[in-house]
Amino acid sequence: MELVVEVKDLSIYYFTLSGVVKAVERVSFNIQRGEWLTFVGESGSGKSTVAYGIINLVPSPGKIVGGQALFEGKDLVKLPKEKLKELRGKEISMVFQDPMTSLDPLRKVGDQIVEVMIEHGIDEKEAWKKAKELLKSVNIPEDRLYYYPHQLSGGQRQRIIISTAMAFRPKLLIADEPTTALDVIVQDSIMDLLNEMKQEGTSIFFITHDISLAVERSDRMGIMYAGKLVEIGKVDQLIENPLHPYTSALFASMPDLWVDKEISAIPGFPPDLRTPPPGCRFHPRCSVFRERKDLKGICDKEEPKMVEVEKEHFVACHLYG
Amino acid sequence: MENVLEVKNLKKYFPVKRSFIEAIKKVPQRYVKAVDGISFTIRKGETLGLIGESGCGKTTAGRAILRLIEPTAGKVLFKGKDILKIPYKELRPIRRKMQIIFQDPYASLSPKMKIGEAIAHPLRIHQLADKYEAQEIALKMLRRVGLTPEEEFYDRYPHHLSGGQRQRVVIARAMVLKPEFLIADEAVSMIDASMRASILDLLMQFRNEYNLSMLFITHDIDIGKLISDRIAVMYLGRIVEMGKTEEIINNPMHPYTIALIQAVPSIVKRKRKEKRISIKGEIPNAIDIPPGCRFHPRCPFAEDICRTKEPKLIEVSHEHFVACHHVAK
Repeated sequence: MELVVEVKDLSIYYFTLSGVVKAVERVSFNIQRGEWLTFVGESGSGKSTVAYGIINLVPSPGKIVGGQALFEGKDLVKLPKEKLKELRGKEISMVFQDPMTSLDPLRKVGDQIVEVMIEHGIDEKEAWKKAKELLKSVNIPEDRLYYYPHQLSGGQRQRIIISTAMAFRPKLLIADEPTTALDVIVQDSIMDLLNEMKQEGTSIFFITHDISLAVERSDRMGIMYAGKLVEIGKVDQLIENPLHPYTSALFASMPDLWVDKEISAIPGFPPDLRTPPPGCRFHPRCSVFRERKDLKGICDKEEPKMVEVEKEHFVACHLYG
Repeated sequence: MENVLEVKNLKKYFPVKRSFIEAIKKVPQRYVKAVDGISFTIRKGETLGLIGESGCGKTTAGRAILRLIEPTAGKVLFKGKDILKIPYKELRPIRRKMQIIFQDPYASLSPKMKIGEAIAHPLRIHQLADKYEAQEIALKMLRRVGLTPEEEFYDRYPHHLSGGQRQRVVIARAMVLKPEFLIADEAVSMIDASMRASILDLLMQFRNEYNLSMLFITHDIDIGKLISDRIAVMYLGRIVEMGKTEEIINNPMHPYTIALIQAVPSIVKRKRKEKRISIKGEIPNAIDIPPGCRFHPRCPFAEDICRTKEPKLIEVSHEHFVACHHVAK
């Protein structure tokens, strides 16, 4: 299998006035060609920071303090700015939660799409033709090309951005909660679009807080908690055999229309990442740790290592090795 | 069973601002028909989930029911009394019995007020307790909603708390008046998954304890299902389907409800992906409401009658109401 992305021990800290926030700590994973990998986590878990990190676009005061992010073998952390800029947009595309961050509010949508195309070496006439086809392919009337972004709905804006990204067949698409602000029916159509991209060979790195959404669409998923990747594996492995107590607890906290269950909260709060708890960062909220006396002095002292429990299914928890 | 709330043909239209030219040309005044004739009842101790996508009018409906905005037409009977007819100044004693919780716990608390005071404040406004008693009650309430040690939390300001903790304060502030009816407008939408369950649980505890009737407004059917006895689905200002929660989830009849439910992600969805119906486009704006059935431009089953005649909400089986020509046949 061909690896498109290989992240090794990536650590990203935010150097704020009130202290160093250890937002991402030694996270490693890879993405294969044409694979859809989803990272799930709550707000503040570091999942978005990882997404920005692998394309070396961490906003200030954030800094990559260690590790590598290889894209087709090139370490993006060390790549010069111009080379990086060339990659982003051509081979790597990004879609964010708020499509307005990717569109210039003062210019018509069509001008913006065409500009991107011209930059990719398509002549202007051809670009307009292509832009029209593009909108048609996502069920948006052609005349919307002459609208300003604010005249379109959030769903339309997001579809335009994704379809523009699709047009260049990037090797990697990074999508950071692209549907969080949208209604479910629109969300469904956007997920279909991303799936089409995947069928055409694009690898997808998707970030969400919604486990159901992750399960429904991805090949593999990773669970992040307090800056750490705690579990990663194939979707079926994670649903049928969640290993980390946080993964199980997260499943138990999510309602599901088609599963009859009571939902239960995870006691306590995620930690302040300026002073993360020692040992396993989840131990203060972990039900297993609370029940089992023999884990005292282990979970609250030693940091668990990532171990492969079954093929491709990794977990960082002292209960497993 | 006693009806606590009865909403009859409630409407709220917002006038659209006309340009100077339009005014001179006497272009007729246009309206955003945010809520366009909805009717439902909520019984004692019952929770009705009002579900719909953004822009369907669910929030406007909630506000109009409490007269936080004046409805355009209709009736809102609270324990038999039409509260839309009561002079504004005499509303206060009734407001005490009808409370609302909003989505954003950051916006619903004054940043300058200690949270203990925020909870004691309504008691003082309604003159239910003197200063000392109000403090005592607020402390008890803090404990009750899990913000302990309560003496410590009493003196904190909202910015010291997490989103989940703030929403607990907001719930405490509403519950301190022992209301009989509560509107929860997307009350857990901004709370992280791991803490959402405990906020819902808290609401359900109060519901059982006070035998509260509740209108639970949400875009999230998963959550709506958990807490509601019945569900009403709104589309463009109208209720298109209403019935017992299990009935609506397992046997939805309106094409919109079916599409909505099928679009909800689920961990078991892979197994039931095949029978999806697809609907086109997005919700039109509430100024140019399509004639006939409002859903017909997006409906895969639309026929001629759907384009001309507005379907009525009819009872297709016990307590299951649907507004659709296709189903009615």
